[in-house]
Amino acid sequence: MSEQTSEIEIEIRNPEGLHMRPAMQFVDLANSFESDISVGHQDISADAKSIMQMTMLAATCGTRLRITAVGPDAARAVEALQNMVNNKFMDDPDVAISEKEG
Amino acid sequence: MEIRKGIAVSPGIAIAKPMLIDSKDYRIPRRSILPSQRSSEIQRLRKAFVTAISELEEIGSAKDIKESKIKDIFAVHMRFLRDRSFRKRIKDFVSKELVTAEYAVSTILREIASHFAGIDDSYISERAADIYDIEKRLLVHLLGKQQEEVEGLREEVVILSSDLTPTQTAGFSKTFVRGFATEKGGRTSHTAIVARSMGIPAVVALGDLSSEVPPECVVIIDGNRGVVVIDPDEDTLKQYDHYAQQMTQFVSQLDELRELPAETRDGVRIHLMGNIEFPGEAEIIMAKGGAGIGLYRTEFLYLYGGQEPTEEDHYNAYAEAIHAVDGKPVVIRTMDLGADKLPHSGWHAKEANPVLGLRSIRYCLQALPLFKTQLRAILRASVLGDVRVMFPLITTLQELRQAKMILRDVMEDLDDSEISYNADMPVGIMIETPSSALTANLLASESCFFSVGTNDLIQYTLAVDRANEHVSTLFSAAEPAVLRLMRGVIQDAHKAKIGLSICGEVASDPEFIMPLLGMGARTLSLAPPMIPEVKKIVRSVTIQECNQLSRKIATMDSHRQIQNFLRDAATRILPETF
Repeated sequence: MSEQTSEIEIEIRNPEGLHMRPAMQFVDLANSFESDISVGHQDISADAKSIMQMTMLAATCGTRLRITAVGPDAARAVEALQNMVNNKFMDDPDVAISEKEG
Repeated sequence: MEIRKGIAVSPGIAIAKPMLIDSKDYRIPRRSILPSQRSSEIQRLRKAFVTAISELEEIGSAKDIKESKIKDIFAVHMRFLRDRSFRKRIKDFVSKELVTAEYAVSTILREIASHFAGIDDSYISERAADIYDIEKRLLVHLLGKQQEEVEGLREEVVILSSDLTPTQTAGFSKTFVRGFATEKGGRTSHTAIVARSMGIPAVVALGDLSSEVPPECVVIIDGNRGVVVIDPDEDTLKQYDHYAQQMTQFVSQLDELRELPAETRDGVRIHLMGNIEFPGEAEIIMAKGGAGIGLYRTEFLYLYGGQEPTEEDHYNAYAEAIHAVDGKPVVIRTMDLGADKLPHSGWHAKEANPVLGLRSIRYCLQALPLFKTQLRAILRASVLGDVRVMFPLITTLQELRQAKMILRDVMEDLDDSEISYNADMPVGIMIETPSSALTANLLASESCFFSVGTNDLIQYTLAVDRANEHVSTLFSAAEPAVLRLMRGVIQDAHKAKIGLSICGEVASDPEFIMPLLGMGARTLSLAPPMIPEVKKIVRSVTIQECNQLSRKIATMDSHRQIQNFLRDAATRILPETF
């Protein structure tokens, strides 16, 4: 299998930031891929599969993050994570409601 | 005997042996290990992680946890325990520094916690508590202590603690844990919510407790008055035994009392309403024969649930409470939190003096989207029953006008979207600062009703923080300054012919019922479980007696003198209650 690298920049837009529940969803999704995934914020880089490292990024609403994946499913991993962040973690029912009301 | 005053957050009386739960400090001394002990130490660490994980799995699958919001908290803890880089960090610390596993756990977890605590975002900084919880869970296994002796309880206890974490309360046995007393916490702290859901008394914000508790003693938790008595003397114990029995009697007399009006012996009708925090409490008001919801505190909506409440969150909570009281009045108070307490506000500035800072209505007037969301929900709910809205912490007429203008804006928005609401919904204010009390006649001309919030009024009048144990004894509703302000507000409300209620803790203090009636109050809003007791007092007095008593205390010059006089008077009128 070939090694690929995929990278993208995203912005956290859900009000409570990338913390606890959203971080948990993010880490769970990252763990479902084989690739190594890192998330960069300013000079810090965190392992997307570690809840400790991800929560310690303290990515509040408005933070821009760089997601880099290296591995066989890198492109799919980056896309999936990007979708989740852009949809403001839509599988959370409460967020989904507030979204509808604008 | 040691009597401590805190904040009553869940009603009832509990008398039992105390169980002290240490939640803040497992101070782990730094102990070195030999290089040859490295692998056995790391083995211990691994075992602690494995046990902690299976323990969490068990807790998480318990039925009542599965359905509650705490579930997410445990799910996050679980992710941490399984996090390889987290475990590696602790393991590396053991091998590089050659220290014990417990020292490594404590050091690393505290590093992480202080990293969180140092972040200027209350939503994140409060998560430090989760890290301490994880630390504690691991240490319990490493130190070989039995996980919460609470689980193996075979006799009734009351829990004394610094503060309670979700993990601790989830393991409590409902049969043996009879009450909570904590050093920290507030009305909406985790302890309060769990105690209310378990139906046991709780008092929080008591200051240092652990140093006062002698071995083999009994502790009384009075969740009606916010008092905790450690190692009571025989008289006090007897008194409370009696009081607790009477509480039980009240419950059995309830049916009889429920049907009777809250009317003085000379036929003056008094409206006894309930203060609630959660919509579910509205049913207690009905069961206790209350006349409606006199104060619906809505802060709970903002503190739990992970994000700012949506209009639907508000609406659903209000609708539930309104339906429960079946046409009786529901006074909804708008958000009364400090900006610093709001997890989603994005509020970063540290205030030197938050009690005098951006809070309550002041914050709402600046955070319009948040305020309008709540007002929209209240207006939509206004067609479901007798709904009234109340603005907290109004200090000037200007503020009231601004708040009403925003309410009108929201009404126009609803008109545009053709959503129905009660255009004549009464708008009232809390009188809880000396400023509003002294200008009550001005405010009365533009309010439909006043509600006197005595807790804040006392705090602002006497400049005393009652949660600060060094000055809390200065906090008293019987201070002449406080009584004068209250009297003035009541008179101004009567002159302007607007509604008036008293909704602070004095409204449920048996000794204060007579002076309140004597000063002219006819509506009291109190903790729902106290309604029968207060009704009984109301039915035992005449307004004439109350007026006399009120005139008498107006001539007294110290809170001690007034307090003693009120106690004597109350004992004379209703000896069995005191």
